[in-house]
Parts: sequence; C-alpha cells; structure tokens
Amino acid sequence: MSRGLTIKKTILPYVLVSPYLVFVMIFVVFPVLFCFFLTFHKWNIISPMQFIGVDNYSRLIHDRLFWKAIGNTLKFLLLHIPLQIAVSLFLAQLLNQKIRAISFFRASFFLPVIVSGVVVTILWQQLFGYDSGMINRMLSAIGLPKAGWLVNPDIAIYSIAVMATWKNVGLYVILFLVGLQTVPPQYYEAAKLEGASPWQRFYHITLPMINPTIFLVVVLSTIGGFSLFIEPYIMTGGGPMNQTLSAVLYIYKQAFQYYNMGYSATLGFFYAFLIMTVVILQKRLIEKEE
Amino acid sequence: MKERYSFWNFMVYAALLVAATSFIYPFIWMIGAAFASSHEIGKMTIWPDHPSWGNFRSMMEKIPIGRSLINSILVASLTTSLVLITGSTVGYALAKMRFRGRQLIFYVIIFTMSLPFQITLIPNYITMVNLHLVDTYLALVVPFAVSAFAILMFRQAFQGLPQALIDAARLDGCNEMGIIFRVLWPNIKPTLVTVAILSFIGSWNEVLWPLIVIRNEQLMTMPQLVTLFAVGGRADAQLGVKIAAAVLLALPVMIAFLFFQKHFIQSMASTGLKD
Repeated sequence: MSRGLTIKKTILPYVLVSPYLVFVMIFVVFPVLFCFFLTFHKWNIISPMQFIGVDNYSRLIHDRLFWKAIGNTLKFLLLHIPLQIAVSLFLAQLLNQKIRAISFFRASFFLPVIVSGVVVTILWQQLFGYDSGMINRMLSAIGLPKAGWLVNPDIAIYSIAVMATWKNVGLYVILFLVGLQTVPPQYYEAAKLEGASPWQRFYHITLPMINPTIFLVVVLSTIGGFSLFIEPYIMTGGGPMNQTLSAVLYIYKQAFQYYNMGYSATLGFFYAFLIMTVVILQKRLIEKEE
Repeated sequence: MKERYSFWNFMVYAALLVAATSFIYPFIWMIGAAFASSHEIGKMTIWPDHPSWGNFRSMMEKIPIGRSLINSILVASLTTSLVLITGSTVGYALAKMRFRGRQLIFYVIIFTMSLPFQITLIPNYITMVNLHLVDTYLALVVPFAVSAFAILMFRQAFQGLPQALIDAARLDGCNEMGIIFRVLWPNIKPTLVTVAILSFIGSWNEVLWPLIVIRNEQLMTMPQLVTLFAVGGRADAQLGVKIAAAVLLALPVMIAFLFFQKHFIQSMASTGLKD
C-alpha cells in the first residue's frame, strides 16, 4: 500500500507534465530534426525523397528572389521600428498624465490590435487604392498629387509598414505606459529643481528608465516584421516587381505552389536562424548601452 | 500661468482626439461601405444614402460564411479549453511538485518559446499529412492545444498560492485533478481570463496555418475563407462584397472587445511584459 503510494507519488508529476512532453516531441523536436533532414533532400511529397547533398543550400545562396525578400523585410523594419517607437512613445506620454476619458483613448488605440490582420489588410487595400482610395482622395482634395501606394514599386513596402504600424501601435502604447509609470516622480521633481528642461528630463531620465520597454518593442516588432505574410498575400501577392515579397510568403509559395518541400524547409531553417541571430544581436547591443 | 496650462491641455486633447479618430474612423467607414452600392462606395461619407443588404446577400450566395463562423467558434473554443487544461496541469507540476528534470523542462519551455515558427512550419504540415489530419478540425486544434506561454502563466500563478491550500484539500481526500480544477482554479481567475482571451483571439485570427492544412471550403475558419474570397476572383473585384466579408469577420471580436475591453488590454499587454 505505502509502496504503491510512493510510486504513484514519483510518477504523478511526470503524468501531469506528459501533455507538454508529448506535444514538444511531436511539434517541436521532431519538426526541427526533420526540417534539418529535409534540407538535404528534394521532395514534392508525392514521389519518393531524393538525397541531393547540399544542393538546397547552394541554391539558397544564389536565390536572388529569397535575398530580395529578406531585403524587403529589412526595408520594412527600417521604417516600421522607428515609426512604431516614435508614435507609441508619443501617445503614451500624452496618456501618462491626468486625462479624462483615458479608457476611451486606450481602447480606440487598441482596436486594430485585436482585429484580424485580414480585416485590417482588406480595409487598407481600399484606403491605399490609386483612384478611389481614401488617402488619394484626401490628397486630391487639398491639391496634392496622388501616390501609387501599392502600385509604385519604390514605396509599396513602406505603405505596408505604415499599415502594420497602425495595426500594432496600440499594444506598444500600453507597454510604454506601463514603463513610464515605473519612473519615480521624485526623479522629475529633483531634475526640475535643478532647472532641467522638459527635453533634458525626457532624454536623461525617461529614456534610460524605459530602456527595457524599448528593447521589448524592438524585439517584438522585429519578430513581427520577419513573420510578415498575410498583408502582402492579400494586398499585393508580393508585387509590384516582387518589391513586397516577404520571406514567409516566399517560403509558402515554394512549399504550396511549387511543392518544393526540401527547398522550402531549407529556407525556413536558414530563416529561423537568421531571426534568432538578429534578436540575440539586438539584445547584446542594447545591454551594452546600459 | 493658468492660461498657458489650459492651452497646453487643449493641445493634448486635440492630439489624442486626432489619434483616436485615425484608429476608429476607418472601421466606421468600413461598416458604412459594406452597406453601400458599388457607385456610392468611393465616397468618404460615413453612411451611404441608399443603404442595402445587397453586398451581404451576394457574399452569402458565393461563400459558406455562416458555416465558417461556426467553424471558427468551434475551433477557437476547443483550442482555448485544451490550452487551459494542459497549461494548468503542466504549470501545477512545475510550480508545486519536486521531481527530477523539473528545471530542465522549464528551460526547454523557455527555449521553445523563442524558436521561430518558420522552422517548424513545413515539417508540421508533413506531420499533418502523415497523420491524415489534413482537412479535419483536429489539424486546426491539435498543433495549438499546448501553449508554452500558458504553462508559464499558470506556473507563476500557482507559485503565488499557499501550499496550505493544497495540503488542506489533500486531507479532505481530494485528488490532484480536483485540487487543480476545483480548489486552485477559483483562486487564479485573472490568469484564467488572460490565457483564455489570448488563446481565443490567437486561434480566431490565425490564418497562415489554416491556409496550409484546410482545402475543403466547408471546414474553413472565417479568416481563411475571407482571405481566399478577397484574393481569389470570386468577389468579382466588387469592393463592397469584400468589405462586407471583412465586416462580418471583424464584428464578433469588436463586440467582445466592447464588453471586455479592460481584460483584453491587460491580457495582451501581459504577453509583452512577462518574459
């Protein structure tokens, strides 16, 4: 009886964590290993797998479309991250005082965050429309020339970056607001007594104190940018001239349009490493500054 | 001095109002446009002069939108329930039990959370093919049934509860499942709400994975169906019909947000704050 009980007691924790262990084996460990295995094979799912050594890797190195997709992602981030930080920090600063109807403002900023990206994309596709889009109509109304937001190859990716910022900024307003509220008010009072200007107070007190939040926003936006898929999928299909092709969209196309399972696995494998490297580098860089 | 203060105040409210309008107005315009005829739609007015259900009617003729709504509700509810259950049992073991490998499992969870999904995307699709799950509800639920984030949230919540609570329940003859779901759950309601909202919204808005594993229109969730409708030729480039589909997709979440606004914001913010 008591032996049975102790055995039960030693086994019980493993029974309780077993859902996770089974899950991690099937959906994390196996796929990662299998992905690595696939990178050395050519396979269209139907016919048998074919070992091709490192051909997939050399193809990746010379795949101009894949590097273009990564370049597009970097262009996207180049606008998205600074814009995101500037707008959300500005709005959080405005909210970080005695404001009436603060919950209304917070909720309105947050609305696009919870709505599906599909909705936001269909909506902005209309806003960005060349002839009947609302933005161009507003520009025409005040006498400015129309812009080809989604059809001009030079600016299409930046249009998508603006849309993505509009969708996510509400979340970062909340994160910055939490960060700003951790700054002790005595700091500001002391600085005021010393005669520091509002800008000096912001630069020397606020910015260093909310550095962890800035890091968080940079990392979350980076991961989000590297995962860009549904926006170009619906809006542009990757065009014009592949200028909005994102890496995930390219991986998707390789796998489910051309059925190059081995090659798309290679792209996914490489791309995941790239993302982790970038995030680790960002972490190093920001920790160094502290 | 007083005057300057109120001027500054006015500027703050003006800026906030402009910002709030830029986030809300497009959605209001969208709802109006869904009821507009094709020649009225380009106007910037909020409400069309001759509103009609025409766009909704022609969309319903073309795609099984009602069925997809039921699919979405089913998939999101099932996923959320499983995430709550598995998250609780695993989180409880990690928080309140001592066993070999506990720390290791904890670190594995942290590591898997930072692993980009792009690496597992293709192999997971192949797993679904081999398990004959393509074109089934299970393909939409099983890969999301366990969440590393939920486990960590529950672990943290359970750690904050006193051991005496568990000991007392055990003396009363409660088994481990009873302790977790009947004794401890009522004490961690905020965590339950947070995890439930996040996994429901996550499942509701997921679109890449359904696009990969579901081909049968009758099994599609709403975002997938609307996406394929929008990019495929079936909307006949009729903007109003596309927008009507987008409105139907947005409406359930927007209504839920209206009622549980505070919980939504707190939950979403906690994804960023806990690491």
